Amino acid sequence: MLTIENLGKVFPGGTAALAGVSMQMAQGEIVSLLGPSGCGKSTLLRIAAGLIAPSSGRVEWTPPLEKGGIGVVFQDPTLMPWANSRRNVETPLRIAGVGARERHARAMEMLTLVGLENFSEAYPRTLSGGMKMRVSIARALVTRPPVLLLDEPFAALDEITRQQLNDDLLEICGKARLSVLFVTHSAAEAVYLSERILMMRARPGAIVNEIRINAPARRAEGFRHSPQFAAYCGQISTALRAAAA
Amino acid sequence: MKAARILSPILVVLMALGLWEALVRLWQVPAFVLPAPSAIWRALLEDYASLLVSAWMTLRISITAFVLAVAGGVSLAVLFSQSRAVEMALFPLAVILQVTPIVAIAPLIVIWAGIDNPNRALLLMAWIAAFFPVLSNMTLGLRAADHGLLDLYRLYGASRWQVLTQIRLPSALPYLLSAMKISGGLSLIGAVVAEFVAGSGASMGLAWRIMESGNRLQIAKMFAALLLLSLLGIAIFFCLSALESLLLRRWHESRLEQGS
Ligand SMILES: Nc1ncnc2c1ncn2[C@@H]1O[C@H](COP(=O)(O)OP(=O)(O)O)[C@@H](O)[C@H]1O
Ligand SMILES: [Mg+2]
Repeated sequence: MLTIENLGKVFPGGTAALAGVSMQMAQGEIVSLLGPSGCGKSTLLRIAAGLIAPSSGRVEWTPPLEKGGIGVVFQDPTLMPWANSRRNVETPLRIAGVGARERHARAMEMLTLVGLENFSEAYPRTLSGGMKMRVSIARALVTRPPVLLLDEPFAALDEITRQQLNDDLLEICGKARLSVLFVTHSAAEAVYLSERILMMRARPGAIVNEIRINAPARRAEGFRHSPQFAAYCGQISTALRAAAA
Repeated sequence: MKAARILSPILVVLMALGLWEALVRLWQVPAFVLPAPSAIWRALLEDYASLLVSAWMTLRISITAFVLAVAGGVSLAVLFSQSRAVEMALFPLAVILQVTPIVAIAPLIVIWAGIDNPNRALLLMAWIAAFFPVLSNMTLGLRAADHGLLDLYRLYGASRWQVLTQIRLPSALPYLLSAMKISGGLSLIGAVVAEFVAGSGASMGLAWRIMESGNRLQIAKMFAALLLLSLLGIAIFFCLSALESLLLRRWHESRLEQGS
């Protein structure tokens, strides 16, 4: 689905954000990018999304991406404060010129999916952080993209809300057979969500390690408290520390 | 709470007026130095016809200049947002126009624009006074659009027009509205200053009434004209504040404490 080969990115000004990054993502897979802040995770995600151009290397989507073929959720909910939830979710459809009636129906469908059907007319400033993030996720899904890219979407949320959103995300992505690239700096979150974790280190950003999580894609009840989960987290923390050294 | 906010300034003004009246009577201040509020009120009633005509003329020039300043400032700012080259070429000119004291260029404007039509010179000076805050705030507002939203629009392949109308203009709205509150007052100031500079007889706005009554030592009438002038300024400010509340009430942070 996504192939990245020998990718490099040097920002104007000389910061080498990425060097020699290669990775792949298969259809329907959930891959996490894990690393300390400043290691180039966002840069990699933005290059994959086509928002910035790489300095060297190759990024290839198969089949090639269409407009609206990719949903992106940023660290901030980035909602338009002057529009209510429903109109925020409609945004990608409005850009694509979809008619008002269909826009409305699909936005409501997505809001229901994320559990906000009763908040469609609410303005962002009246919503909690978790709810805003749900609106942002609904907006990313409204074009029914096969791919979802998330850049530390839950970093600013409290632990309970974060776990709830992790569960909901797994359910939504499982149902829709989405391919997901999930950026995080939390080892536990990466273990809980993904089938594969790509570990990065900084200056210049590079992938140093790959860990496969052998657990059913639909996490069993209590996976978070299982010895297996704790073992993975321990293994990853050790590897992260080794990578940083 | 809300009643207190309206009542307390009114109370203060009433007390000040009472004190003024009392002191003028007590010390027998001559009317050509400082007339009592009651005398001002009488002057207002006596001359209200001519004063209102003058007030209307000043108001008309201010409003016309204000509307043209908003239209011009917004259009130019939009143009700037679309082309960096145009911005770099024209913005310094706008700054020069702004930093040159309006009183200093007024005689020139009166000669160039006002020789056959004095009102045109007044309009132009009021416009110059009101234009810059709109241009500079609007330019800032268009640029202050959330980068995340701009990224999002790029991701979905939005056109420049979509980005302008759906993100940049709404982002700039709070900036524009606060500029309008400033420019509304400035257009009035500009109209009055222009009239002073243009001299007597050229036009018959409130500034002319003030000069005229000053020359004839009708100080009470002068105060009456001043009173009308500040009422105009207050009315303009309140209208624009009301417009701001109306447009931003539902979403903007500055309205948070007023509930949803
Ligand atoms: N637009 C930019 N211009 C210059 N340097 C940048 C830019 N964006 C990111 N960087 C630099 O690139 C490096 C990686 O940044 P980023 O991808 O945001 O890291 P992460 O998301 O892992 O925290 C950092 O050192 C950052 O300062
Ligand atoms: Mg980041």
